[in-house]
Amino acid sequence: MLDGLNWLLDPAHWTGSRGIPTRLLEHLAITGMTLLIAGVIALAAGLAIGHTRRGRGLVVGLSGALRAMPTLGLLVFIAVQFGFGVRLAIIPTLIVLVVLAIPPILAGAYAGVESVDPATVDASRALGLTEWQILWRVEFPLALPLIVGGLRSAMLQVVATATVAAYISLGGLGRFLFDALPLRDYPQMLAGALLVAALALILDLLFLLVGKAVLPTGVRAARGNRRSKTPTERTAA
Amino acid sequence: MIEFDGISKRFPDGTLAVDNFSLRLPSREITVFVGSSGSGKTTLLRMINRMVEPTSGRILIDDEDVASLNPVTLRRRIGYVMQNSGLLPHRTVLQNIATVPLLNRVPKAEAVARAHELMETVGLDSALAKRYPAELSGGQQQRVGVARGLAVNPNILLMDEPFGAVDPIVRRELQEELLRIQRELAKTIVFVTHDIDEAFLLGDHVTILSRGGHVAQHGSPDEILSNPASEFVADFIGADRGRRALTLRQSEGRTLVVDGTGRIAGVLGAETATGPVSVGAGGRDEHLGEITLGTEAADLPGLDTPGELGSSSEAPGVDTTSPNSGELGSENEAPEVDTTSPNSGELGSENEAPEVDTTR
Ligand SMILES: Nc1ncnc2c1ncn2[C@@H]1O[C@H](COP(=O)(O)OP(=O)(O)O)[C@@H](O)[C@H]1O
Ligand SMILES: [Mg+2]
Repeated sequence: MLDGLNWLLDPAHWTGSRGIPTRLLEHLAITGMTLLIAGVIALAAGLAIGHTRRGRGLVVGLSGALRAMPTLGLLVFIAVQFGFGVRLAIIPTLIVLVVLAIPPILAGAYAGVESVDPATVDASRALGLTEWQILWRVEFPLALPLIVGGLRSAMLQVVATATVAAYISLGGLGRFLFDALPLRDYPQMLAGALLVAALALILDLLFLLVGKAVLPTGVRAARGNRRSKTPTERTAA
Repeated sequence: MIEFDGISKRFPDGTLAVDNFSLRLPSREITVFVGSSGSGKTTLLRMINRMVEPTSGRILIDDEDVASLNPVTLRRRIGYVMQNSGLLPHRTVLQNIATVPLLNRVPKAEAVARAHELMETVGLDSALAKRYPAELSGGQQQRVGVARGLAVNPNILLMDEPFGAVDPIVRRELQEELLRIQRELAKTIVFVTHDIDEAFLLGDHVTILSRGGHVAQHGSPDEILSNPASEFVADFIGADRGRRALTLRQSEGRTLVVDGTGRIAGVLGAETATGPVSVGAGGRDEHLGEITLGTEAADLPGLDTPGELGSSSEAPGVDTTSPNSGELGSENEAPEVDTTSPNSGELGSENEAPEVDTTR
């Protein structure tokens, strides 16, 4: 453990194209791209499923299958199977990570939409909102906390798993692990693991704050109010 | 005018919720659909704004078939108020009320001004404008619901048990408020309830429904009370029991009015020369109110509509702030009936009680 920290504190490891900042940025870039692509796909599908209440069974089954997928195996398979795979290592990497990130985001999206009180949706429809308006003005804002929750758990998985990108000679924090493995450079491996964990923790905190921020004020009021409302207020017409 | 023309609705699961229902609802009046749970009231109501599509039959609004109209356009022309307000929890009171006008591209300032106006109409303090629904009482939420229903100034207002979830005292206030609003605005209101007292209080016309949306009886509250069409109706309106079955009992030289639950509802004040005798109704039943029975036909303030007298020779003053004081079944000497509540009941006795048939 101490060796790992010493390795981290060595100024020499904080510069250059193989230094910690570079690897950190590479890792963040891979994570960000993955979440962007998976987010677009999974949010579109999840919101559609939540709104129409259709296709849920199919997606739950598919998500389960995706979760059981052996990440490293798939990565190597895609890289070797397709001609571009080894030259453009980013593509098989992104495919694998996106596949990994989709299930939690999807689940967050449809669970979020389904959590909206059906009476609220029904009243909105009866008022004359179009389906599109119901989705974006009612269901989406009310589902946001759960959607962010889904993105958060996807992010955690992607940050951890993005280390495998290094296996097919891509950058990221995984390089510290895979480069050190043949050399049995345990301090560097430890440092790499610590960096991944720290990054995950910081991002997790960030998502937690975002999740709090997107909780609609009125919904927050609903939660806080149960305690603070005085009896006279409650009975007043 | 809303016209149901041979409307049936069978849900995909096979439930026949409405079976060949036909009725005309006159404009600018309140029609109440009343019936026990599952009788098809909500289904009927929601077919008007195409929230439910009928399996067969037509619904016409001012001779226009609603099936030919775009559902969204149709719904934006019709106010809808439901039991649990259905307010958007993430929008303030003001935003909730202004929702549809803003969708209809009414300029923001105008929509906000109108929303403030509506808050006043429904008796909401404008200080509540910035609150969220969760920060309001149940009664206040329903008022917002009504204001929202009125926001596009619709000709038609559909109300599905809007006061069903608030406590009796608040419900009472909301009912009075609705009647006041209706006197001002004169909308075509279709009101659904399972509470017969509420139906008689609010309805210009009352449709009593049995399972499958079958019309057990349709008419004014007076017509129904004075002439229940069937055993089912008589039973449903409780004509022979409870508060509506009034009888007289002699006690120490005075005539007491006793309701079907055995509670003393009042004293028949035939012998007092000094004016009407006010008798508080016993018990916690706020519907019973106060009954004043007297012989003088003195003009009382606040005389709304004189009652229609059956067979008596002396015209009584009837002052009722609400309809259907009930039916006093007898031949002579009309009393003054002053009741602050509807449907005090049917006075079924032989002596000294005239038949009084009141309308609002
Ligand atoms: N969406 C639906 N699917 C299947 N059956 C329904 C549906 N909505 C209502 N019903 C059935 O239709 C009948 C009438 O329901 P409803 O109109 O809600 O009655 P009410 O409002 O008088 O309580 C009931 O038997 C109810 O179970
Ligand atoms: Mg109903």
